[in-house]
Amino acid sequence: MQPTTEQSLFEQLGGEAAVNAAVDIFYRKVLSDDRIKHFFDDVDMDVQIAKQKAFLTMAFGGPSNYTGKDLRTGHAHLMERGLNDSHVDAVIELLGESLRELNVPEHLIAKVAAIAESARADVLSR
Amino acid sequence: MPVLRYEGRSYALQANESVLDALLRNGVRAAYSCKAGSCGSCLMRATEGVVPARAQAGLKDSWKVRGYFLACVCRPESDLTVTTVGPDVQLGATITALDLLSHNVMRVRLRCDAPLDFRAGQYITIVREGGLARSYSIASLPDESDLELHVRKIAGGKMSGWLHEVAKVGDRVSILGPSGECFYVPGKGDQPMLLVGTGTGLAPLYGILRDALRHGHHGPIHLFHGALHKNGLYLVEELRRLAEMHRHVAYTPTVLNGSESDGMAVGPIDQVVLKRFPKLNGWRGYICGDPALVQSLKKKLFLSGMASRDIYSDAFLPSAQTP
Repeated sequence: MQPTTEQSLFEQLGGEAAVNAAVDIFYRKVLSDDRIKHFFDDVDMDVQIAKQKAFLTMAFGGPSNYTGKDLRTGHAHLMERGLNDSHVDAVIELLGESLRELNVPEHLIAKVAAIAESARADVLSR
Repeated sequence: MPVLRYEGRSYALQANESVLDALLRNGVRAAYSCKAGSCGSCLMRATEGVVPARAQAGLKDSWKVRGYFLACVCRPESDLTVTTVGPDVQLGATITALDLLSHNVMRVRLRCDAPLDFRAGQYITIVREGGLARSYSIASLPDESDLELHVRKIAGGKMSGWLHEVAKVGDRVSILGPSGECFYVPGKGDQPMLLVGTGTGLAPLYGILRDALRHGHHGPIHLFHGALHKNGLYLVEELRRLAEMHRHVAYTPTVLNGSESDGMAVGPIDQVVLKRFPKLNGWRGYICGDPALVQSLKKKLFLSGMASRDIYSDAFLPSAQTP
């Protein structure tokens, strides 16, 4: 790589290895958070870990197959259970906390949060 | 909507309909059991068209290339021509022993007509004439001459009823498989291991435990076997002996209802396990048996520090009811 080439966000974060390092930390926080853990009561952990990896890959600016339609249909059943802005806020907050534990610099955390923020309208079907 | 072709006829698939459901809806007698992409008894082969990847998950690569797929989880996005699979994917086997291990668990030993390439803890599907199929975990090791299965008698169960009451040594069955990802992976021989199972969830764990020892695993191995009552436990003496022979192996029979004076732990098995081992960072876990317990205990082990990649499980799904 040429030194002048600017690395992508995904590369700066450490790529797939960073996703694998973050997923357990992040998902443990999600399952322990009283604001959102009830949404995950009846889901299989293996399936959910795979989804969390896909979400983190997207939020880290990595190669992602997520589409707005996927996010809408994927969360539609949760809308019926009261999914709203406060829950999206919680997820973004826990994402930031996870990255802080992994000593990711604040300016990169802000970029990740901005990407996650960009999914809010689709997640909440707006 | 895509069109399904089978034995010279064409069937229009309904929205999001599986190949299996479309065949059954049209009166085709197709074999199936779990309807969850797990047991393998609805295996078919595509001769034309594109099979979605989901319908081939877990199959051998050589099978994928030849178009084999699981009809119950195959939702084609374009036209597909399918055919039943012949005996080429099934292996004949003879029942060599039937021993009652407890009031409702039968140890079934099978000798296959050809060597079966499996890992202890995986499962096979037994198929009888007429297509009745049920999956059972393998409790034996690959270098043992016979396959060992633990079959719990289920009220009204067709296969378990047959194995408990009718089958005799010398009877013939066919088997499919092996399948499953819940087995011992060599390496990290010093990693502490937690094995938790209820009922015949012991079968894969019995195989995994002995497979780990055969591979020279030297980290501590703790096996918890749970049952409602004492009479639901089995292989108790064998497991106690195994634990006595190996200093790093511990065995804790656990009952929901009973008395601790019998050398058993008493209480819900997840509470018994987590009280004994509240911190599980760096551990590897195997959980088998009742699906609700498997699902909830996986999360609890994870929240107690076990890494998600170190958690192996096999939830024993009941066979699907006839639609």
